[in-house]
Amino acid sequence: MGGKHYLPLTDEDRREMLAEIGVKSTEDLFSDIPREVRLQRELELPPAMSEFEVFKHLNELASKNKHFNNCVSFMGAGVYDHFIPAVIKHITGRSEFYTSYTPYQPEISQGVLQAIFEYQTMICQLTGMEVANASMYDGGTAVAEGAVMGCGATRRSKVLVSRSVSPLYRAVLDNYFSSRGLEVEEIPIKDGYTDRSELENKMGEDIATVILQQPNFFGLVEDMEGIADMVHSHKALLLVSADPLSLPLLQAPSEYGADIVVGEGQGLGVPVSFGGPLLGIMAAKNKFVRQMPGRIAGETVDSEGNRGYVLTLQTREQHIRREKAPSNICSNQALVALGAAVYMAAMGPQGMRKVAEQCLQKAAYARESIKALKGYDDVFSGSSFKEFAVTVPGDPAELNKKLLEKNILGGVDLTPFYPELKNTMLFAVTEKRTKEEIDALVRELEGWK
Amino acid sequence: MRKSKALLFEMSRPGRQGYSLPSNDVPEKSLDELLPKKVQRSETLELPELSEVEVVRHYTELSTRNFGVDTGFYPLGSCTMKYNPKINEEVAALPGFAFMHPCQPEETTQGALELLYNFEQGLKELTAMDRFTMQPSAGAHGELTGLMVIQAYHRSRGDHKRNKVLIPLSAHGTNPATVSMAGYEVVQIPCDDRGLVDLDALKEAVDESTAALMLTNPSTLGLFEEEIIPMSKAVHEAGGLLYYDGANLNAIMGYARPGDMGFDVVHLNIHKTLSTPHGGGGPGSGPVGVKERLIPYLPVPLVSKEKNRFYLDYDLPETIGKMHSFYGNFGVAIKAYTYMRMMGAEGLKEASTDAVINANYLMSLLKKTYYVPYDRICKHEFVVSAKPEKKKGAGAGDIAKALLDRNFHPPTVYFPLIVDEALMIEPNDTEAKETLDAFAATMEQIAKDIDEDAEKVAQGPYNTVVGRLDEVRAVRNPVLIWEKDKE
Repeated sequence: MGGKHYLPLTDEDRREMLAEIGVKSTEDLFSDIPREVRLQRELELPPAMSEFEVFKHLNELASKNKHFNNCVSFMGAGVYDHFIPAVIKHITGRSEFYTSYTPYQPEISQGVLQAIFEYQTMICQLTGMEVANASMYDGGTAVAEGAVMGCGATRRSKVLVSRSVSPLYRAVLDNYFSSRGLEVEEIPIKDGYTDRSELENKMGEDIATVILQQPNFFGLVEDMEGIADMVHSHKALLLVSADPLSLPLLQAPSEYGADIVVGEGQGLGVPVSFGGPLLGIMAAKNKFVRQMPGRIAGETVDSEGNRGYVLTLQTREQHIRREKAPSNICSNQALVALGAAVYMAAMGPQGMRKVAEQCLQKAAYARESIKALKGYDDVFSGSSFKEFAVTVPGDPAELNKKLLEKNILGGVDLTPFYPELKNTMLFAVTEKRTKEEIDALVRELEGWK
Repeated sequence: MRKSKALLFEMSRPGRQGYSLPSNDVPEKSLDELLPKKVQRSETLELPELSEVEVVRHYTELSTRNFGVDTGFYPLGSCTMKYNPKINEEVAALPGFAFMHPCQPEETTQGALELLYNFEQGLKELTAMDRFTMQPSAGAHGELTGLMVIQAYHRSRGDHKRNKVLIPLSAHGTNPATVSMAGYEVVQIPCDDRGLVDLDALKEAVDESTAALMLTNPSTLGLFEEEIIPMSKAVHEAGGLLYYDGANLNAIMGYARPGDMGFDVVHLNIHKTLSTPHGGGGPGSGPVGVKERLIPYLPVPLVSKEKNRFYLDYDLPETIGKMHSFYGNFGVAIKAYTYMRMMGAEGLKEASTDAVINANYLMSLLKKTYYVPYDRICKHEFVVSAKPEKKKGAGAGDIAKALLDRNFHPPTVYFPLIVDEALMIEPNDTEAKETLDAFAATMEQIAKDIDEDAEKVAQGPYNTVVGRLDEVRAVRNPVLIWEKDKE
């Protein structure tokens, strides 16, 4: 039988235990399940495997996939091939962390609680915000829940979202909002940037939150000057989805007046894992903490005055407030947040700045080199961080197929997201790419068509 | 051994570094040339500065201040804290899974898609559902997905009157919170004196405004809802749908399936039933399965198969849309799939059998000392009420703290809400009889300690790295981040 090594009861144990319970057979323990819903056969599942058989099977499946270790990746659109320090998996692999539940019993959960408190602090150091939660599921749900939070804080029910915000995030936002009877309106883009005059035209007393992304989905650095003042003059909030890896170089969102900051934290040492588990970051100004969803760790003292940490402000949460809670979130991405905290602690301010600088420099080099090629051009002008959109002389899928022959994972095709952009690709260049790899990409592009 | 642990920030020394990066090898431009001055950060970045060994020792020490399933018995009710097999971690970390980009061309992701496809087939058989989405990242996320699907179904039929979701009083807190998030109203259904949903009250409550009934079966009391068929009939006849909260599926694998009980939508907590670790609060995964008529509304993409090719299927014109930026917590699905393949049909059923034996055995030992309000055959968990102990001066929360001193993780306390001073105990399938005996003996000792000196018990714990923490202070005077100036 499968999984016997996970099930300690012996036949003799079972006999003794049934006798103690006072029943004759295990069947008696299931007699409360009515006959008509009892499964009258065994489940039909593939036969059980031993440990090395299952490893072989999974290894075969994994071998069918291409990945960052056998390809050079220029893919982005929200998740990237960033450097992951070796320390992370050794820490997140400590089973005192990964086999624990949500820290409901603080006295035996100080490890996770302190790690969350430190994570919250480092997220605030990066974003300039005053409070952060323990994590959301991913960047998309963080945008959606941040927008809901904005509605709660302003008691308004409509948000404006720039078309330069990731279409993947906007899809999640639309879904969350339509179900709840809240309204989303899009702010058009102009030359790849949020259209400022359209944004101003759409502002009004009904708008809860304005949602922007920095750098935006096309990798462009939006000009945030004056936006928060304009938004605040309508008593609305500014929510920004920021790439945490850009923040050592780019203005902290607090510097341009953001009220809520969310983002995808995958770049902070999280394996991309085909898109999950990821890390939803959420931070805000202190005054919005009561509307903030999710777990928050706070400092306190024990009976002898020793410093310690607990989950706090729990009256916001579903297990206390039930239907009046601002969100239903319970399990989040705690272990991923732990990994991100280890990343930030190991990289420190200099390491993170170096990563950001190299992303900036290498992406700029790639962008310029590609733009110089015949048949290729920048889609938008202006400063970009680690991604840029390029028009290519043909079908992006065909181009990617050709690049794959050289073990290059090319750019993301933009047409499915922006039908108006034909033969357009989004390339991402992280600190891991070398000049040689970028030059190889450029050569392949040049030789195509 | 009481002591506080220094924070990363307090250990920081300017100039220390814990990273190793190559130097930039492309022709370098000045920062101002690449980024206008006004978008550059002016605020100093105040992250800690530490060497690698300090980082490792810091977190290693933190880990010793934490309790996991690998540390000891973890009978946290409704959380199914079973053993997390180590092979699961190994396979999920294979580069061919861990380092795949979600936008890679389909021909480079066939192994991942095959895994998701096969996993879905297993979940369908386990639950008697017709299709699954893997997008929800946790149980609560699954609940929201499920209710959105139900909403889309009703709306597509022009049925806009349905604005209420029925929930029994014993439900998890996520259920009512989810109902609000989906824009519905909650209608509470009481329990009868057996602890089961009051069928008459349910029949009374269903009408043309009922969108769905959300139910956990077995319930949070660990009791199988024996009248599930008449309940399901009553809801369906009124045009509503049935939603199954899969938090407690560990009790009935191979014995009964939600789809056969009349449920239309199911979410599973694979970080409970299917052995994936909980990570101190996630990542979990909450796949949602539906019956045929609800498939059109599932989130996109699904994973489909055509001949020998697997693909991400966006062809669902009536889809609710997306619940996640990509395809959900794939890394967690790998672990659950691995577990299913190792257990097989017989192993999964055996796991449920043992979970139920363990729960009934432990209940039978504990009821010699403690009050069990619903004293009948239970499924995977049961609830003890510490009301009598509370009268003596130490309640459920104090018993929990006393357990901490004896290297046991306590049960879930003060839940379900329908039992005063509740201790909700779920011993699960991966615990040995000796462990249960030791736990029962400890609980008996705690009861004696309360008889002798309840006050002392009420002030515990005594052997933990910190004493009982002041949660009221944490709320009244919130300190949510470390601040330099405050030190």
